[in-house]
Amino acid sequence: MRDSATLKFGGKEFHSRLILGTGKYPDYPTMQKALEASGTEIVTVAVRRVNLDRKQESLLDYIDLKRYTLLPNTAGCYTAEEACKYARLAREVGMSEMVKLEVIGDQRTLFPDNEGLLNATRTLVKEGFIVLPYVNDDPVMSKKLEDAGAAAVMPLGAPIGSGLGIRNPYNIRIILEMVQVPVIVDAGVGTASDASIAMELGCDGVLMNTAIAGAKDPVMMADAMRKAVEAGRQAYLAGRIPKKLYASASTMMEGMIE
Amino acid sequence: MEIRLNGRVREVTEGITIRRLLDELGLHPMRVAVQRNLDIIKRDRYEEVVLQPGDTVEILTIMAGG
Repeated sequence: MRDSATLKFGGKEFHSRLILGTGKYPDYPTMQKALEASGTEIVTVAVRRVNLDRKQESLLDYIDLKRYTLLPNTAGCYTAEEACKYARLAREVGMSEMVKLEVIGDQRTLFPDNEGLLNATRTLVKEGFIVLPYVNDDPVMSKKLEDAGAAAVMPLGAPIGSGLGIRNPYNIRIILEMVQVPVIVDAGVGTASDASIAMELGCDGVLMNTAIAGAKDPVMMADAMRKAVEAGRQAYLAGRIPKKLYASASTMMEGMIE
Repeated sequence: MEIRLNGRVREVTEGITIRRLLDELGLHPMRVAVQRNLDIIKRDRYEEVVLQPGDTVEILTIMAGG
């Protein structure tokens, strides 16, 4: 049983098991309030060209770095080489040794390119990064990534932004049994119950972005997700009843009148 | 002299350092990463690295993402 009181990886410890993305919010103030409502301690960010045409609001003005740990991603990278380049640039901005490693294999599904992902993981681990790879719900790949030195594995529940929830809970359960590192479901969460389901399976954490940023009320959804992750975790630790095909009465027959 | 900056041609002073360029652009050195001709330039070298004509420079920062 994964019963650690905190989420631990890369020599760091976190109390919140909900990791949030910063993309796709209607505006930065809403994002800031949603981050706060979620209770998150880790937020994902991207590394992109500075816009030189006009003075833009800076994302960093809305993220309190004393409160949140940044987890830069390598979104948009389709090769190991590109992903490694972005990871190094992210580290150079000085914000983090951690990287959410994405090596994308297909534009429509945004599913990972496993070969590139494994190569990039090996390279970045050697360079001292704390690598959190976004991966399919594939137990064999997850084990390979762990063996390559990944600090955690992050299997998708469903395609990024699809809101389909945990499409293959059985694979997630197998991954939980096959690897020792934290398992954080990343991608596909649509609503609160999806997050609870991930935690009830025994996952160490859940990462989401669209489910909150795209909700009609992102701040309310962020609060719901915080509760959902806590409830799911608690239900897992409490030890659920088994599933049975037939009924098992909750009321004794003894003491009934004639 | 001409350099390529973030994908576009830009006219800059001869002998400009990365640090001076950042200052002119109003960018804080602590919030960016700089790549010059495919090499990542470490922050402690911004004052000493002098750009050459035809250099390709990329200045990146943290942006929103999932």
